[in-house]
Amino acid sequence: MDLVIIKYNAGNIQSVLYALERIGVSAVVTDDYEQIQSAGKVIFPGVGEASSAMRYLKEHKLDTVIKNLQQPVLGICLGMQLMCAYSEENDTTCLGIFDEQVKLFKPGTNGAAGRVKVPQIGWNSIFNLKTKLFNGLPENSYCYFVHGYYAALGEHTIATADYIQPYSAALHKHNFYGAQFHPEKSAKAGEQILKNFLSL
Amino acid sequence: MSHDKKQKMLCKRIIPCLDIKDGRTVKGTNFVNLRDAGDPVELGALYAQQGADELVFLDITATVEKRKTLRELVNRIAHHINIPFTVGGGISSVADVSALLQNGADKISVNTAAFKNPQLIQDLSKEFGSQCVVLAIDTRQEEDGEWYVYLNGGRTKTDARCFDWAKQGVDLGAGEILLTSMNHDGTKQGFALDITRELATQLPVPVIASGGGGTMQHFVDVFEQAQADAALAASIFHFKEIAIPELKGYLQGKQINIRPV
Repeated sequence: MDLVIIKYNAGNIQSVLYALERIGVSAVVTDDYEQIQSAGKVIFPGVGEASSAMRYLKEHKLDTVIKNLQQPVLGICLGMQLMCAYSEENDTTCLGIFDEQVKLFKPGTNGAAGRVKVPQIGWNSIFNLKTKLFNGLPENSYCYFVHGYYAALGEHTIATADYIQPYSAALHKHNFYGAQFHPEKSAKAGEQILKNFLSL
Repeated sequence: MSHDKKQKMLCKRIIPCLDIKDGRTVKGTNFVNLRDAGDPVELGALYAQQGADELVFLDITATVEKRKTLRELVNRIAHHINIPFTVGGGISSVADVSALLQNGADKISVNTAAFKNPQLIQDLSKEFGSQCVVLAIDTRQEEDGEWYVYLNGGRTKTDARCFDWAKQGVDLGAGEILLTSMNHDGTKQGFALDITRELATQLPVPVIASGGGGTMQHFVDVFEQAQADAALAASIFHFKEIAIPELKGYLQGKQINIRPV
């Protein structure tokens, strides 16, 4: 099965590639739209800033390519946010695969736990898990998050996390999946999620 | 299923630190007397398997000639580690960071070079995002009671106050502070609670406390009293004085929100 990782101007692509290697899967990193369109599965990773990433995707005509993919697609972190309708990060219109809006966390306080910092960096639990993406994962599994913006809860939410308020830890619509956390850095839980995606 | 509120909070992180010299893990006391503690990749993989939440690799002998060696080491680590890791030591340019990230590092830490050229923090955070830039500060409390910033692995004193530099670093775009108390480092007498609390409660970014962790209760103290977001330690893990699963079990027993092993 051909697995393609979309190459664009966002970081952490190597991490995804190495995580796949650890579970015995090789992938091709490319921005070639024919290769992306003909792949069996597509991973759309990303750590970075929304508006410059969207600009890059448009310049390379990858925005249209991604929206029209028919095979299973997994967006990770910024990749998932770019699959939403809109991001507050520099007022960016995104791909619109998911209707959910991406908003900036408003720093808050959490009683004795002290001030809640933005971005969220670290391990948080995911719950209300739905779809095959989470096969074999218990409720409240821990995953690694690094993000200042979040997708609100909506009809496509398939996992919830709680930071300042509950929000979408993962989204799903048709062949499209998105994870706000980093499965490639989430130890055994993340490996299970990647394996689940690969066996969709 | 009912969900305990405690389960839905961001976890406090336990971070083993691997000081690297000539490709081996070393650990000193008060920044000197280095002892060999093994292969960093093997140790890192072991810690990840035992439930470490993140790893920090500091190349304490980073020189221009060794950059390539460090990149190769980072690449090897990235292939074997399934949790996030930070790399530091002698990083002084966007090109240095780009090379380390391309080899699989998740974050980088800057120290002396950032103090000498604060613009570096801004350049790095613009290029790679704040989440990737950890500002490491070595600090010592002097007889006047003030905490001062030290450079060059603790060898050079400056007149800058720790809090002021940390705040400036955050304003410039640092996404985390790795705070090492030189008074406490290697002593196993507990973390520096006061300065850690000052930074952790007044800065809008996570603070990683480092230096002095010797007992499991010290970790409880730094999380509860100093409100550190993460705690870093080296020799107690390398020399198997405290095992990570044992530490995490203890913290859970003390109602501290951690990721269970």
